[in-house]
Amino acid sequence: MSTGQWVAACAADALQPEELLRFDHGGLTLVIARSPEGGYFAIDGHCSHEKVHLADGIVDGHIIECPKHFGTFDYRTGEARALPACIDLRSYEVKVESDTVFVKI
Amino acid sequence: MVIVGAGEAGTAAAIALREGGWRGRVVLIGNENMLPYERPPLSKAILTEVTDPGPKWLATPERLAELRIDYLQGRNVERIDRAAHTVTVSDGDQLAYERLLLTTGARPRKLSIPASAGSRIATLRTYADALAIRRIIGRGCKVVVIGGGFIGLEVAASAVSRGASVTVLEAGPRLLTRAVPAAMADLIKAKHERSGVRIQTSAIVERIDENEGRSKVVLADRRTHLADIVVVGVGAVPNVELAQAARLAIHNGIVVDETLTTSDPHIFAAGDSCSFPHRLYDERIRLEAWRNAQRQGAAAAANMLGANRPYEDVPWFWSDQYDETLQIAGRCRPEDVAVARSLGAKGQLFFYLTPRGRLVAACGFGSLGAIAKEIRWAEIMIGRRLAPNPEALADPTVNIKTLLV
Ligand SMILES: Cc1cc2nc3c(=O)[nH]c(=O)nc-3n(C[C@H](O)[C@H](O)[C@H](O)COP(=O)(O)OP(=O)(O)OC[C@H]3O[C@@H](n4cnc5c(N)ncnc54)[C@H](O)[C@@H]3O)c2cc1C
Ligand code: FES
Repeated sequence: MSTGQWVAACAADALQPEELLRFDHGGLTLVIARSPEGGYFAIDGHCSHEKVHLADGIVDGHIIECPKHFGTFDYRTGEARALPACIDLRSYEVKVESDTVFVKI
Repeated sequence: MVIVGAGEAGTAAAIALREGGWRGRVVLIGNENMLPYERPPLSKAILTEVTDPGPKWLATPERLAELRIDYLQGRNVERIDRAAHTVTVSDGDQLAYERLLLTTGARPRKLSIPASAGSRIATLRTYADALAIRRIIGRGCKVVVIGGGFIGLEVAASAVSRGASVTVLEAGPRLLTRAVPAAMADLIKAKHERSGVRIQTSAIVERIDENEGRSKVVLADRRTHLADIVVVGVGAVPNVELAQAARLAIHNGIVVDETLTTSDPHIFAAGDSCSFPHRLYDERIRLEAWRNAQRQGAAAAANMLGANRPYEDVPWFWSDQYDETLQIAGRCRPEDVAVARSLGAKGQLFFYLTPRGRLVAACGFGSLGAIAKEIRWAEIMIGRRLAPNPEALADPTVNIKTLLV
């Protein structure tokens, strides 16, 4: 994923560790996660099971749990980890510069 | 491994047997003439969508083949021979089992009142039931729902959204008496009334007559309601007859212990058909809930393979009413103390603590985004038997996750 454009998503301090934020850009909706170690990650915002936003789910370590049927995803890779979620989500490159989180879209 | 009943619990169990490493035969027997499907959409999307979205499958033929699950479709299991370890299927075939799982589910309770043959009375459990209701509800049609429980209310919401004129008749003094506290039931009632559903509580239906092609519902107080269709949603009864005939213990469902084993160590049960002891509550419970059926099915499968693990999931239920969602985690009793947390226009939460302060239940009504996280954290607290500070629970500025320590 070398093409794409860096887009400012949020302030770095908008998220505490193990918190999520919804970020919409153009036709896309993403979820930004901050890991317990402090790193930032971004994956597609809608669950791959039904169209439910993962930003409303809870985080445990590196796992996001969908609020609707409790499917889970690793937010570092987008990988589906527990049923009923079985389709991986796309993940996006993220960088932090001058206290701002950027996502490559 | 033989599984009787190809609903939510049975299908989850069949899949879990393979995921648990079982290499032998897995036979899933279901008496409905289609692939296993999800029931919750039957009162929701399948009624509301302008074109029928079709059943939501639990497993495709490809998935069943890939997992080498032998699915016997449209076949009823007639008999269990416990001594011989066999089941007899409707076409006379006998199948041997090493371990047997009963996931026979539940069926709608019937109204014990006189109803004339010509009247159009429906219940809702299967996809075929949903199609029969779907065909009739629509603009200008009159629907009477008997029973103000979850299924009745979801049908009411779906029918009114399709332009039908809907009346809900509830025999009790309020809606959802079995399931949610009064304060929550009032919020749900208000939502229905704002949407145009008429609700009558303490409405005892005496009989249903036929009246020029329509049904006439007659109440004990002589009031009557004409309807193009009457939908009865007055609870469900567990399908225990097969287990009963095999002399397994029955008490409000097929009796199992905490590992979901019946009174026969080779036979297990899971889902709506079983009643089980729960470590968090000092009584036997039987749930009619989607997540429980799925997880209990998977847990039973693990125990069929010898895991011997108690099933300890916190009970959890959801219902969609219009664009809002209701979620309930845990179970509460009348003596529990309610703590309310208002989320303003977005929703309302209630927490229930025992007189000694342990959190035992939480429910929320509002947008999924507003309530799901809180109910999920509350569920974790319930499972850990925590006793969070009631003032903090009531304070919407306190993040519930911080009460978990
Ligand atoms: C309309 C509707 C809406 C619902 N909405 C919600 C909701 O919003 N939220 C929620 O949490 N829950 C909901 N539920 C409840 C949820 O669907 C059930 O808890 C779940 O389906 C139970 O799964 P089960 O496998 O135990 O039983 P079932 O799904 O009923 O499956 C049992 C199957 O076994 C078959 N069977 C029985 N006896 C035999 C036999 N002798 N031989 C062969 N087959 C047999 C039955 O025909 C059936 O197909 C809803 C249920 C309905 C009906
Ligand atoms: S919508 Fe996410 S698991 Fe179903």
